[in-house]
Amino acid sequence: MKFAVIVFPGSNCDMDLYYAVSKGIGQEADLVSYKEESLDGYDGILIPGGFSYGDYLRSGAIASHAPIIKEVIRLANEGKPVLGICNGFQILTEIGLLPGTLTNNRQNCFICKQVELVVENNKTIFTNKYNLNEKIIIPIAHGEGRYYCDEATLRELNENNQVIFRYGQNINGSVEEIAGITNKQGNVLGMMPHPERAIESILGSDDGLKLFKSMLETQKNGVHI
Amino acid sequence: MSEPTPAQIKKEKIYQTWGLSDSEYKLISEKILGRLPNYTETGLYSVMWSEHCSYKNSKKVLRKLPNDSSRVLAGPGEDAGIIDIGDNQAVVFKAESHNHPSAVEPYQGAATGVGGIIRDIFSMGATPIALLDSLKFGPIDNDQTKHLVKEVVAGIGGYGNCIGIPTIGGEITFEKCYEKNPLVNAMCIGLLDNTQFKHGQASGNNNLIVYVGSTTGRDGIHGATFASDEFSNKKKKQRSAVQVGNPFIEKLLMDACVEIIQEHSDWILGVQDMGAAGLVSSTAEMASKAQSGLMLNLDNVPQREADMSAYEMMLSESQERMVLCIKPEFEDAVLDFFEAYNLDAVIIGKVTSDKQYKIYHQNKLVVDIPIDSLTEDVPEYDHHGIKPARFENDDTQFEPELESFKESWMNILKSPSIASKSYLYETYDSQVKSNTVVRPGSDAGVVRIRGTKKAIAATNDSNSRYVYVDPYIGGQITVLEAARNIVASGGIPVGITDCLNYGNPEDPEIFWELDQSVQGIADVCNKFDVPVISGNVSLYNEFNKEAIYPSPMIGMVGLIEDISHITTSSFKNSGDLIYLLGSTGNDFNGSEIQEQQLGTVQGKLNEIDLDVELNNQQLILKAIKNNLLKSCHDLSDGGLVAAISESAFENMLGFNIQTSLTAKQMFSETQSRYLVTIESKDKKSLEKIFKDNFECLGFVTNDSVFSIHTSDNEMDIELSEALSNWKEAIPCLMK
Repeated sequence: MKFAVIVFPGSNCDMDLYYAVSKGIGQEADLVSYKEESLDGYDGILIPGGFSYGDYLRSGAIASHAPIIKEVIRLANEGKPVLGICNGFQILTEIGLLPGTLTNNRQNCFICKQVELVVENNKTIFTNKYNLNEKIIIPIAHGEGRYYCDEATLRELNENNQVIFRYGQNINGSVEEIAGITNKQGNVLGMMPHPERAIESILGSDDGLKLFKSMLETQKNGVHI
Repeated sequence: MSEPTPAQIKKEKIYQTWGLSDSEYKLISEKILGRLPNYTETGLYSVMWSEHCSYKNSKKVLRKLPNDSSRVLAGPGEDAGIIDIGDNQAVVFKAESHNHPSAVEPYQGAATGVGGIIRDIFSMGATPIALLDSLKFGPIDNDQTKHLVKEVVAGIGGYGNCIGIPTIGGEITFEKCYEKNPLVNAMCIGLLDNTQFKHGQASGNNNLIVYVGSTTGRDGIHGATFASDEFSNKKKKQRSAVQVGNPFIEKLLMDACVEIIQEHSDWILGVQDMGAAGLVSSTAEMASKAQSGLMLNLDNVPQREADMSAYEMMLSESQERMVLCIKPEFEDAVLDFFEAYNLDAVIIGKVTSDKQYKIYHQNKLVVDIPIDSLTEDVPEYDHHGIKPARFENDDTQFEPELESFKESWMNILKSPSIASKSYLYETYDSQVKSNTVVRPGSDAGVVRIRGTKKAIAATNDSNSRYVYVDPYIGGQITVLEAARNIVASGGIPVGITDCLNYGNPEDPEIFWELDQSVQGIADVCNKFDVPVISGNVSLYNEFNKEAIYPSPMIGMVGLIEDISHITTSSFKNSGDLIYLLGSTGNDFNGSEIQEQQLGTVQGKLNEIDLDVELNNQQLILKAIKNNLLKSCHDLSDGGLVAAISESAFENMLGFNIQTSLTAKQMFSETQSRYLVTIESKDKKSLEKIFKDNFECLGFVTNDSVFSIHTSDNEMDIELSEALSNWKEAIPCLMK
C-alpha cells in the first residue's frame, strides 16, 4: 500500500507519520509537497500534525488553499482513505471534508500528555483491528483541539456512527468528548490525538499501530463498510 | 534627526550610555583607530565589547573550566560545542540565558531565547533533537510573578511546540531573589554526523556573504548591551531592546540550513546565526576567525522599516536571521535553494584580504575599522574578589524541628520548588519527532537515536541556595546533582554546557562568588573527566542593587549506550525491594527544610568526598548494565522524603520502609545518594555490587499507603493525601 504524507510549510509530524507507515507497518510512503498538483498512484493520504504556516491566521486556514488540496478532495471523493491528525484534522474541517471545527482548548493552553481514548466504532477502515469500546492510550499535543459543532451536526454524527474516538475524560472541552470523527462515507478520518506517536511501547504506547494496520487490512481484503 | 558627530560623541560622552567606559573609548580612539570613531563605529564597539559578547569580566574565571576530553570535537568558540558519541555521530549542544528580555517581556523574551539557542545548533549543521530549560522565579504569591510564570512558560511552549522540537526536561524553582529578575535559561541538543561539522568562518578572498531569513527591523537594538546592565525602577524604556519571535520562519530556516550544510557542503564555507548583536557580531566573528576582512553593503539588507540607519541595521537583533559565507560560483544555486523554502536570501557583501571591516550605506563608507579589534582587542578585566561578610559566623549546623513528622513531610511535597510541575511542563510538546523515551518528570529526559541502540539523556540543574551558602561546594553540588540525574537514567555523563547567572561582577563580593563557584564546578569536571564545551555568562542580574543568588546552571548530556539501560525514577511493581545507596549524615544547612523553618538558608556545608560520589555513580551504572534496577532516583532537594514520595507517585504505589535513620535524617540532603528498587530475586546480585554503604529500606506496596518506620518515629500517610499535596500545589498557587 502506498501512502502520501502531505507536507506543508510548518508541518512537524510529517516524519513521525512517515516512520509509522514505513517502520510501523512496512509500507511505502512518500513525503509530498503542498505544491504538488497530483496524487495519482497513492492508495492513502496522510495529513500530518504541526503548525502549517505557523497557524497564525486560524489553524489549517492557510493550508486549505494550497495547490495539493484539490487532489486531496478528489481522492477523498473517490473513496480513498484520508487520515488527518491534529493539524491535519483542522485542515480537513477547513476544507469541508469533515464537519465542525477545532477551537482553543478549554484550559486555553497547549496540552501534551498520554490520554485514554475509547474506540466508539470499530467497523471503519481505520479501526477494524480494535475491539468495540476498547480503551487505548494515545498521546495528545494541541492547543486548539476542542471539537465543536452545532446540535444538528452532532445528532447526525451520532446517528451515522461517525464518532470514532472519544476521550476517556474530557481533556479539552470537546463536545461529547469527541476526539476523532469520519465523514459520512467513512473514508476520511480526522483526529486530534497522535496515533503515529504510539507505535512503539518504548515510547509509552503502541496502541496506535492497530489504526495503521486497519488501513492496510482494508486495502488487502477490500473490506467494505 | 541627524546622528551626533564623532566630536560630540566624545565631548558629551555618549558612548557611556551604550556601556563603553572612558578608558575603553580612549583605547578605541587613540590606540586602535588613531581617530575618533563615528556614531556607527562607536555603536559596533559598544555592543561587541559588552560583557554579553566579549566576556571581558568573566574570561579569566572561565579559563578554569576544562573544555577537552577524548570525546570533544569542538569546544567553546563555535556557535555550540560538539561531543563524539561513536558510530560517526556527534551531539551538539549549548545553553543560553535570556534573563533580561524575559523580565521585561516574558512571552517574547522566553520564546526568542528558545529560538536563539536552536539557531546556534542548526548553524552547525546539526538537526535539533531536544530542548530543555531552567526557569527561576520569585515565590508565586503575587500577580506579577504569576504573570511572569504563565507568560515565560507559554513563550517556551509557543516556540518549541510550533517549530517541532520536543522539550524533554528542565527545572523550575522559586526563590525570593528572582522576583524582579527571573532566570530563563534554554538548552538545545542537536545530532550531527561529525564529518559534516561546519566552522562558522568567512574565509577566502571574494567569497560572498549571504543574508537569509527574516527582514531587519528596529527590534532588539542594543540587546546585548541591555543584557549587560542592571535593572532598576528608573529604567522604564527597556522594552525596545526585546525581540519578537516567529517560530514558523525559524522552522523553514532550520530545515533549509540543515539541508544545505548536509547536502551541499561544497557550496558553503561557513554558517552563523545572527544572535546577540545581530549582523555585526555574526559577520565580524566569522571573518575574524578566518583572519579575513569583510565588505558589507547595507543597502542590500532586507528591511522591515523605512529609513533605517547603518547603526540600527548593524545592531538590530531581529530574530530568525542567518549569515552564510559561500563560493561565488554557487551564488545562483544558493539563492534558488532558499527561494524554494520561501526564504529571502540576498548577497550583502564579500570577503576581503585586508582584515578591515568596511561597511557601505547609501553609497557612503560608514564603517572602516580593523575587524579583529571588535573581537580580539577587548580589554580583559581582572576583578578582585572579597569574601562576603555573611561567611564570618557560619559554623553552626542547623537542626530541624519536627513537631509533626507528617506535617513536615507534607510541607516538603508542597514546596513549589519540589512539587509537581506537570501543570506547567504539560504545555510543552515533549514527544514530537517520536523519539522521546523519558518525558519530563523523571531525573533526566531521554531521546533515543533512531537507527542505533543509543539514546541521549539530558538534564538542567542548579541549586543556587547551596551556591549562596558556600559558592565552592555549591558549585560542586550543581555538577554532582546533574551527573546523578544522568547516571540514574542509565547514562554516562559526556559533556556540560553552562549558564553562569550572577549579579554585577564589579562588586568584589559577587566576583568572589563567581570565582569560587566556577572553581567548584571546574574541580568536579576535572575529577569526572566531563568537559564544559559551551555556555554563556549572564551577569548584572540585579534589581535596585539587590543581586540574585549566585546561580550557575549546568546542562549535562549523557550517553546511554543501549536503550535497554534507560531507567526511570518511578517505582514499578508491588513487592520490589527499596534500597538507599550512600550514607546519610546531618546535612541540613542550605536544605529545603532549613529554608522552610528559618525562612532563609545559612551555615557551613560539609565537604564532599568526590571519590565516594564517583564510586556510587559507577555502582549504579553497573547495576543498570546488569539489568537489576527497576527504578533509580537521585536524592537532592527535600532528601529522602522527596525522593521516595516522587518515586511512588507516577504508578500510584505505596511503600513500607524501616530505616536506621532518624526522622530528621529523612530530610537531610547529604550528597552522593540514590534510591533504587529491584525485584526481590535480585537481592543478592545487587548487594554484591553495592558491597557496603547501602541500606535495604523496605518494599513497594500496592495498598496506597506510605508506611514509614524510622529509628525514632513511625507513621502512615495515605498516598492520595501525599499526592494531592504534591500535585496540586502549583495549580493552586497559579489560580
